[in-house]
Amino acid sequence: MTAGERRLLVQRVAFSLLGLATALTVLPIILIVGVIAWKGAPALEWSFLFDAPRDGLRAGGIWPALVGTIYLTIGTGLIAVPVGLAAAIYLSEYARETFFTRAIRIAIINLAGIPSVVYGLFGLALFVLFLGLGTSIVAASLTLSIMTLPVIISTAEEALRAVPQSFRLVSQGMGGTKWQTIRRIVLPQALPGILTGVILGLERAAGETAPILFTGAALFLPQLPASIFDETMALPYHLFVISTQVPGMPVKVQFGTALVLLVFVLSMNVLATFIRSTYRRRRQW
Amino acid sequence: MSPGGLVQPAFEPKIEIENLRVSYGSEPPALDGVTLTVPARQITVVFGPAGGGKSTLLRTINRLNDLVESARTEGRVRLDGEDILGPDVDITRLRRRIGIVFALPVPLPMSIRRNLWYGLELAGERNRRILDEAMEKALSAAALWDEVKDRLDDPAIALSGGQQQRLCLARVLALEPEVIMLDEPSSGLDPISTAKVEASLQELKQQYTVIIVPSSVQQAGRLADWAGFFLQGELVEWASGRELFLAPKDRRTEDYLTGRFG
Amino acid sequence: MARTRHPFEAAIEAIIRLSGYSAIIFVALISLFLLREGLPAFGEVPLASLFGARWYPIEGFYALGPLIWGSLVVTVGAALFAVPLGVAAAMFIAEVAPRWLREILKPLVEILAGLPSVVLGFLGVVVLVPAIRESLGLPTGLTALTGSLLLAGMALPTIVSVAEDALDAVPSAYKIGSLALGASRWQTLWRVTLPAARTGVLTAIMLGIGRAIGETMAVMMVTGNAPVVLLGPQALVAPVRTMTATVAAEMGEVARGSVHYHVLFTVGLVLFAISFVVNVLASMVLLKRRAASGRMLS
Repeated sequence: MTAGERRLLVQRVAFSLLGLATALTVLPIILIVGVIAWKGAPALEWSFLFDAPRDGLRAGGIWPALVGTIYLTIGTGLIAVPVGLAAAIYLSEYARETFFTRAIRIAIINLAGIPSVVYGLFGLALFVLFLGLGTSIVAASLTLSIMTLPVIISTAEEALRAVPQSFRLVSQGMGGTKWQTIRRIVLPQALPGILTGVILGLERAAGETAPILFTGAALFLPQLPASIFDETMALPYHLFVISTQVPGMPVKVQFGTALVLLVFVLSMNVLATFIRSTYRRRRQW
Repeated sequence: MSPGGLVQPAFEPKIEIENLRVSYGSEPPALDGVTLTVPARQITVVFGPAGGGKSTLLRTINRLNDLVESARTEGRVRLDGEDILGPDVDITRLRRRIGIVFALPVPLPMSIRRNLWYGLELAGERNRRILDEAMEKALSAAALWDEVKDRLDDPAIALSGGQQQRLCLARVLALEPEVIMLDEPSSGLDPISTAKVEASLQELKQQYTVIIVPSSVQQAGRLADWAGFFLQGELVEWASGRELFLAPKDRRTEDYLTGRFG
Repeated sequence: MARTRHPFEAAIEAIIRLSGYSAIIFVALISLFLLREGLPAFGEVPLASLFGARWYPIEGFYALGPLIWGSLVVTVGAALFAVPLGVAAAMFIAEVAPRWLREILKPLVEILAGLPSVVLGFLGVVVLVPAIRESLGLPTGLTALTGSLLLAGMALPTIVSVAEDALDAVPSAYKIGSLALGASRWQTLWRVTLPAARTGVLTAIMLGIGRAIGETMAVMMVTGNAPVVLLGPQALVAPVRTMTATVAAEMGEVARGSVHYHVLFTVGLVLFAISFVVNVLASMVLLKRRAASGRMLS
């Protein structure tokens, strides 16, 4: 075998191994989604989605949990988006590269890496107890929004920075102030990227259990929450309970619940990807 | 010592610069003790090899240099006799009085119409009729109206390079400035587009003061009513176009014009 | 420097500035409250107990050791699976896969990243646990190994996407130069591209491991409830308790202000400290790279 042939053989083997590793990484994803879809689909009836659970959660539907997750997701968005977007604008348009700005960035990376259960503890200590909000939708949303902040800030900042500097130069060259430039050019151009980040952040918030365990999630509520100071059921917590705490749980219901949560979360993923690719095509720069 | 002060301009002064010194951080000054007077309603050409300080000069005049953190400016710059470097100057108004066109055309990510409206909207104008009238006037002055009047709502990015650059000129004209500055405006343009831009400038100088950093010495020669040769931050020579190009007083000017260095 | 004269704009700028500081404020708040609720444990529980060997709150044993050990075992196991697989997959996606395949693989990895941990935990309970029990002939499928496998699944997308970004960012000049010298694509990848992306790949691994340590629900559902320290390879196939699972499982039943309550916050403090260290290290690396590409004026 010549040196060239050996090189080629080594390459083929190496690339095959890499491909194998990729398959091992990617196959489980397909299997997971496939299994849940296959075993969960039979449970999907109108009553499953829109009824309350009965018989110790073993029968009936998941409506309160679904509604609860929607409430929590909206609540998280209402808090995390304004704060996160403003912080991103600060970092992209106003901050100078000082030690302090670096500290902010380290803090953001830090927040991104804090275990979700630690957020739960923090939420319990600050919102539920110290501020006296009790276990409630508002306490859980506040907790989730701090957890979601780093994702929104970093994707929004990246989207803002991607807008060409020349636009800002032209705008300010014509007498535009910084804020006018941001409001009229930078923000609108960065909007799709920002939206993608927001959706991905909220997707994560919707699927989290640990932060809401002690801040607002309830095992079972006979009625839907009436105010933001009430507790609520939530899909991720519901799935956790019915897969580990309830004996004699019908498998169909478990998979059905998992499927609904999966669809909820994945549809946000698809939406974000769709926005991202449409934006790339329609960009005017 | 800068020769600008020695020449007695037989013209109406528009911008007076006195001992201007601009440096970025700890680097040697981009402009070192420059004194000159820009005449009103004429084309003043500011030329020289790279690194001469020409762009810095333009950006100091409309205070766009303020956006660069490391920039340090000393000296005096006066527009119609009023100081424009002080901390109390209304920069927004200043930048409307002095417009700038950059080397690479920058169409804003919107339609042609909205590109033209942009400057006026920044100033608070909302009346659609006024905006459209200003747009037509500016596009005509930039010799672009006939080419785009049927597609004003198309995205500006769809225009050719030469058209985009004339759009940028029109954008500036829409604000009815007093001074128009152009920093190598035809660098990316083909000769036909360049000729169109130069023709527009000859028209425009009847109404506006024009300062241009030319893309070539030949362009400088074609356009200059007044000219300044800049070499590494120093103003070497400042005279009428005819004097400077036909009978340069400084050896360095002559060497550059004849291509001995560049 | 131009000053904003309009009061409305100044107000907006102030709000924006304040929001910019918010990240630091929140990190400070989190540390503050964890300390507030966790420090009392040091007064209430004798140090000997905290550093002891039994975690049995009902009888007053609050040793953190077995919990840290549990987290360690599960995380190391996860790393053993996720790091080689993740880096290899990143290399494949970035450098080997044809364009069309990349367009399929990248979204798939993103889907994995978006899977809620409770969904993985659920599948773990229903599918993986019995599978491990039967295939390995164990008394129970609730083991560290099961947890490691699930954690690997959670850490993989992080490792793959960050490492893939790093490999992608290697200037093509390096790759072209290597190929021009006669190296094969594999040789280029292994000897030029990968080393050039070294810091980014390392960051990817750190972030992935950081994610694994902090995972709660998936591990809680499949690792059993045995805060014991076993040494040797049997540790991998026995039940364990991680720090995260402990807090999540026991916090609900704990009386506010009790010793148990304070100790759970102490566990939270340890978790916070670990993530702090891992993330500060990773960020120092990340920021050094990003600072190199500043913004020019024109």
